[in-house]
Amino acid sequence: MSELEPVDDDFEPLEPQLLPLDPWHRARGGRMVEFAGYWMPVQYEGIMAEHLWTRENAGLFDVSHMGQLGVSGENAAAALEALLPGDISALKAGRLRYSLLLDENGGILDDLMVLNTGKDYSVVVNGATKWDDIAHMREHLPDEITLTHHDEQGLLALQGPKAAMALDRLGLMPKHAQGTPVADLKFMQADIYDWGGRSLGVSRSGYTGEDGFEISVGGEHIEALADALCEQPEVKPIGLGARDSLRLEAGLPLYGHDLSPETDPVSAGLAFALSRRRREERGFPGAERILGLLREGSPTTRVGLALEGRQAAREGATVWSSDRQVGTLTSGGFSPSLQRPIAMAYVDTEFAGEGTVLDVEVRGKRLGATVVPMPFVPHRYHR
Amino acid sequence: MTRYFTQDHEWIEVEGDTGTVGITDYAQGQLGDITFVELPAEGAPVAKGDSVSVVDSVKAASDVYTPVSGVVIEANPALADAPELVNTDAETGGWLFRLTLSDAGELSSLMDEAAYKAFVEGL
Repeated sequence: MSELEPVDDDFEPLEPQLLPLDPWHRARGGRMVEFAGYWMPVQYEGIMAEHLWTRENAGLFDVSHMGQLGVSGENAAAALEALLPGDISALKAGRLRYSLLLDENGGILDDLMVLNTGKDYSVVVNGATKWDDIAHMREHLPDEITLTHHDEQGLLALQGPKAAMALDRLGLMPKHAQGTPVADLKFMQADIYDWGGRSLGVSRSGYTGEDGFEISVGGEHIEALADALCEQPEVKPIGLGARDSLRLEAGLPLYGHDLSPETDPVSAGLAFALSRRRREERGFPGAERILGLLREGSPTTRVGLALEGRQAAREGATVWSSDRQVGTLTSGGFSPSLQRPIAMAYVDTEFAGEGTVLDVEVRGKRLGATVVPMPFVPHRYHR
Repeated sequence: MTRYFTQDHEWIEVEGDTGTVGITDYAQGQLGDITFVELPAEGAPVAKGDSVSVVDSVKAASDVYTPVSGVVIEANPALADAPELVNTDAETGGWLFRLTLSDAGELSSLMDEAAYKAFVEGL
């Protein structure tokens, strides 16, 4: 754990770093690639098989590259609200909420989860952006607010319809007398558990659209936990490749692709992250611009596209309505569950209506595409 | 019949002046689950090294370069409905296209099976 001083140091490492589970991934045949500054497994047996396994059983994802931050001190909620548009003050202990780190113009610096632990706030941010997020937060949080980077913690995600069944067998005990049994957690709830003397922070959340959990565990215990989970017949390790195709089917945006400082919560379709009280009080970064976009509509909108045929279109492909370019793909690929190509794109809002017929250009060839609602595959959260 | 290989992991089997082209088993393993194959049009003239086909996997789209020059005479009709043949039978039933060679001399720049095997082991 390192407490971060209010100094804007640039300590982004240049060489890919090793995650605590690195040898475990290699021993299990993980094909390692450089991602977000770390060596990470892109696949084990194959993206298609891993994707379908997660939708039918349970997949274990190592997401220890993500930044696990602690925000504490008097009025920490108010301090966070100066950076985010969410109603953090109303967030009850043991609850988490999706929110956005915004720049002064309302552009999206990152998307993240905020958890009220009861004694402080835990913020989980994207791996690729964590160093910039830390610098931004340290610069904008008051000096009396303590920002801690829990870089000693690893993070595992267990996702899929059989995740709860598999996790239940590990016998986690709530740490506190009033704690919630892990099986009774509902979507976007969290608690702290004891697992054979080791402390686990467990939330019912994830990035696949399935029921599942994200488990914060000390780096020295992560291998034991990964082994114990993969001993369950429902659980297999899953790589980054399937993580991307699963989240795409779930309609969940990926930062750095579908979200960026050039996008805003309204055009990104994330207005649900702008809480009512915060809209009324206007005290979040970029509030004037964002409220104007809410009132008048954004010029572009993030939409889901279902493509005709089998050829996939990927990020950067252009979207056309006859001879007019009306947008660009920010994500795209072949959907293993639907067995057809799908994509996310930002299009001029007049072309964002469900059922609008468009073309996507791939290698000089036009592919037919239709605007469809997201998620492409229904969410199955445990509410 | 003789089989030749390229450094870009294509194979070509030559019989007379006709060549059958595919990607190697090593290549399909690297690409992963193949979901779509874009094939060249019959009658298309192609020059050695041209990108003439695209193999799409869940991961990415990859170019296939023709190992030799010639005219395309047939594209594998089975791949439209079963692109996964390139995964399961890369060096047999998962062939991509046939062409009539215009310059058999170009074959001399390609690897034989033993040389390709050594090349892959060195990767």
